[in-house]
Amino acid sequence: MEYFVQQLINGVTLGSIYGLIAIGYTMVYGIIGMINFAHGDVFMIGAFIALISLLILGSLGLTFIPLALLIVLIVSMLLSSVYGWTVERVAYRPLRGSFRLAPLISAIGMSIFLQNYVQIAQGARVKPIQPVVNGGIVVMESPNFVVTLSYMQILIVLTTLALMAGFSYLIAKTALGRQQRACEQDRRMASLLGINVDRTISLTFVMGAALASVAGMMFVLYYGVIDFFIGFLAGVKAFTAAVLGGIGSMPGAMLGGLLIGLIETFWSAYFTIEYKDVAAFSILVLVLIFLPTGLLGKPEIEKV
Amino acid sequence: MSALLEIAGVETFYGNIQALRGVDVSVEKGEIVTLIGANGAGKSTLLMTLCGSPQARSGQITFDGVDITRKPTFEIIRMGIAQSPEGRRIFARMTVMENLMMGGTTADPAHFDADLEKVFTLFPRLKERQGQRGGTLSGGEQQMLAIGRALMSRPRLLLLDEPSLGLAPLVVKQIFEAIKQINQEEGMSILLVEQNAFHALRLADRGYVLVNGAITLAGTGRELLARPEVRAAYLEGGH
Repeated sequence: MEYFVQQLINGVTLGSIYGLIAIGYTMVYGIIGMINFAHGDVFMIGAFIALISLLILGSLGLTFIPLALLIVLIVSMLLSSVYGWTVERVAYRPLRGSFRLAPLISAIGMSIFLQNYVQIAQGARVKPIQPVVNGGIVVMESPNFVVTLSYMQILIVLTTLALMAGFSYLIAKTALGRQQRACEQDRRMASLLGINVDRTISLTFVMGAALASVAGMMFVLYYGVIDFFIGFLAGVKAFTAAVLGGIGSMPGAMLGGLLIGLIETFWSAYFTIEYKDVAAFSILVLVLIFLPTGLLGKPEIEKV
Repeated sequence: MSALLEIAGVETFYGNIQALRGVDVSVEKGEIVTLIGANGAGKSTLLMTLCGSPQARSGQITFDGVDITRKPTFEIIRMGIAQSPEGRRIFARMTVMENLMMGGTTADPAHFDADLEKVFTLFPRLKERQGQRGGTLSGGEQQMLAIGRALMSRPRLLLLDEPSLGLAPLVVKQIFEAIKQINQEEGMSILLVEQNAFHALRLADRGYVLVNGAITLAGTGRELLARPEVRAAYLEGGH
């Protein structure tokens, strides 16, 4: 029982990180109908920016952790947004209106470029970091097992919940969110209402990148080690989460992220840790075969 | 004084296919101008060209003295043009209210309540259905919503693409009455594209006949209604 609860906590934490990345996939898919395969690498870049800015703040002598984390969060979101914006501007916008596969190929190219760029700029070795947020709460105790909920895990889950609530509100209630949904449903009509469609698409990439960078920051703080290649696996897992939840659906991405996090954690805990990726990707295959619209996806046909 | 909208020698292509062959159309302030023609004559293409999507390959479009031929769509719209397009293009997964809010994208938010009230007075049905999703409305209601959405931006020129298409005669009458009311009460200039030539010509100050991408006839609504070739091509066989 204690073991189970501990895995549940770990799974929800991991799922939060996947969920944050998955939102970027799903929003971009919703608005321009393409999978941004470079999104995982924007997550990786977010993690590196977080790491570097944390080290800089440390060397400047800032020891008040909450303030340092807040600054890192903001810096990481801002700089990653620039990356997200640039990727769209350079690799996707010129190909808009081209055949469907073109931006996909361009996305894979962008992904490889970003990985190599970080590899050259930062070196290929893994980058470790001292734990920043220490300690936790003991939730349950038994003679041979102690269930702990670390402060880092609390921070990850709370940050994720706050960001998801904020973004859901933004999409549902604000003018910007309505414009995004309008572009998602009918880009031509959106432009006929005076919406700058290109700008709205850019903003979608910026928002996705900002969320991914938060996930990257959480990742580096939680695991304490990153390298230039983490974006690939995390990206594909988050993509799986987005497909599982129903690509194009924001709540779906959150739910999918949570489920993938839980499945992976429980699989590692009760079966074999070597095959945890197999578990996650088997889900992708099964969903694509039996439930292509995902759990919360919209069916293709609507009465018009 | 120059016209509000001046289309001169416009040619539009889809790939290699020429859809418009040197079209000249003008709309004065406060006028209702109608463009009639058969399916595929290029009526909708003209309205879309005027909104910059697709852009004209040659010719010039001037709105309120400004050349808008090469401007992007959203900038043209922001100058004060609104369109209720072919097929209505309601946002099916948004509520009626959200659709109307989208219509007000370019308008000053301070006008929103007043404009909404105007639209609801014109089409009381929309008020009843404001919380309903656009995709669940009937054809007539969707048309009302498409026009209402266009009005929410307080346009100086309203473009209506076949507002009567596929609607029951009673609803068509209602829609045409609303168009007349918008024109008379607001003094709004309207460019109306129609297959329903009889209704359109009776309502309009002036009309143009478009055949295969070129204007073949122009005149006041009354004149065109009386022309035998118009009668033969567009009016015989009932209306």
